[in-house]
Formats: sequence, structure tokens, C-alpha cells
Amino acid sequence: MQKYDDLTEFVLRMGDSALIQAQRLCEWTGKAPALEEELALMNVGLDLVGQARNWLDYAAELIGDGTDADALAYRRDERNYRNVLMVEQPNGDFAVTMLKQFLYDVWQFHMLSKLRESKDDRVAAIATKSLKEVTYHLRRSSDWIKRLGDGTEESHQRMVKAIDDVWRFTYDFLQLTEQENALIDSQVIGDVRDVAAQWQTKVNAVFVASTLTVPKPAEPFYLNSREGVHSECLGALLAEMQYLQRAHPNASW
Amino acid sequence: MSQWTLFEVFIRSKHGLNHKHVGSVHAADAEMAIENARELYTRRNEGVSIWVTPSAQITATASDEKEALFDPSEDKVYRHASFYELPEEVGHM
Repeated sequence: MQKYDDLTEFVLRMGDSALIQAQRLCEWTGKAPALEEELALMNVGLDLVGQARNWLDYAAELIGDGTDADALAYRRDERNYRNVLMVEQPNGDFAVTMLKQFLYDVWQFHMLSKLRESKDDRVAAIATKSLKEVTYHLRRSSDWIKRLGDGTEESHQRMVKAIDDVWRFTYDFLQLTEQENALIDSQVIGDVRDVAAQWQTKVNAVFVASTLTVPKPAEPFYLNSREGVHSECLGALLAEMQYLQRAHPNASW
Repeated sequence: MSQWTLFEVFIRSKHGLNHKHVGSVHAADAEMAIENARELYTRRNEGVSIWVTPSAQITATASDEKEALFDPSEDKVYRHASFYELPEEVGHM
């Protein structure tokens, strides 16, 4: 596994999370429950691809060995991806998809809000631009959690099952590493130490309003996204996403 | 989805004073209709305000009433201001 300096690692974490979430959303193309919903999902996906591009452009500059955002996206192995575990999980049904989106949106929203105050200009600029989009993403996904949780008997059951399926990956949103704490102390990035508490507060509020039970905080287990130890589904996702550049390096049109 | 309602969407553009009909969306309720309209009809920076209303709430003229409703005004040129000659003293109006 390749290790970069603290800031690069952090920028990759933000960018990779957006990229993998976008790639999962793309899987709904042609299969969404309604035409309107399909467009909405793809719009969110496109926003996230844009955000990933901004983060990975910056990461490539920080790495400074001639790499670029495309190479980072299409030529990196699973062990070098830094995305949060939630976004790589399979889409499941619409309840799982919206739940993953919601849990990620809450994290993004609070992270970006704080990152606007970063001393690092690029991080602050990307956060400021992305936050407008994410504010809307969160509004939409919160709305869906309430509709499904407090909807019909079946939609409620599906939400309960969805929470059961993916809750265990949420510990990833609650922890900061020593390196991230160092970036906060030196004010290179904004103080995101409160994000874990803010994440829990927001998720609790929406779950309660949706008649859903809030599980106990998830405990870490052997997966570690910062060390590139992902769940097995990331490899399959990357195999599909990277196929063209792997089979035909530098192909372009 | 089969129970979703059809809504008509009206958008006010940046330089427009009034909302204009742009199309329709399906949604479970008005709130979702606003979000769906935002996704479908304001992707290219078209709007600053959205109205939605259930299509069923719109009362419309029937096509077979067209002659009775609209044809009689065809030959009444005196209803246009331009029909009247203005006296010189009035100047431009």
C-alpha cells in the first residue's frame, strides 16, 4: 500500500468517497423506480463526480510526480483507495441506496461545513463549492428516509432491514486518525472533531422523525478504509469502473 | 409509483416576471413534485422559482368549444387599441 503525506491522504479520502458513491449511483441508470427519480439520482452522481474531480486534481498536484486525476481514479488498486466503507457497499434495494446516501450526506455536510474554515486555500475552496450541492443532497435523502421509514408497512420494513445491513460500517464516520488530528491542530484543515457528534445528532433526529430505531454506535472491526482494507465489494466495483483504462491504457476520444 | 400524482410545473426564469408552464412531473406529493421539478427543469440554470399544482386541479377549455369561445373575437378589430386614430395633440401613448 502506498502512503502519502497527511494532507494528500485526507484529500484522497474526500475525493475517493465522492467518486465511489457516484459510481454506485450510476448503477441505477435505466433501473430507477421512476423517471423523475432516475434523473435525480444521476444529478447527485454528477455533482459527486465533479467534487471527486476537484479533490483528485488537488491530490495529483500534491503528489507531484506527474500523475493526474484520471490516473488516480482509473489506475489505482483497491488497497490505495481511501473512501469510507459506506459508499462501496452494494446498492441493494431503493431503501439501502437511499440510506447509504443519507448517512454519507450527513457526514459530507458536516465535514464540508468545517472544511470551509481550512487554512489550506484549496481545501477551503473545494468545500465551499461542494457544500451547496451537498446541502441539497442531504435535504433530498433525509426526505426519502422519512417517506420510507414512516411510509407503508413494507417500506418501513425495508428501511429496518437496510439499517441492519449497513449500520456496522458507520464507525468509519466517527473516527479521526492521529494524522488527521495533526492536520486540525496545525489548522491546515478546519476543525472536524465535532463532526462525529453532529453526525449522530442529525441521524438520530431523522430516524426518530421516520419512526426508525437508532442502533447503538457501530464499533470498529477489522476493515480499515484508511489503510486500504476495504470490504470485498470494492474490488468488483473498481474492476468495472477501471476496465477500459486497464484494457486500453491511455485510451481517449 | 403507480399511485403517484401528475403535477404541472411552472418556472420563473431569471429575467422573467411571471411563471411559465414548462411541463409535468410525477410525484407522491407537492413537496416531492418541487424536488423532481428542480431535477428535471432547472438543470441548466433556468429558474429562480418553481410552482407545482396537481394536473387534476386545472380546469381547461375543451377542444370542441374552441369555435364558440375563440372565433367570435376574430372580426372585432375595434377591440385592439391600434384600431383607433389618435388626435395629434395626444402624441405618443
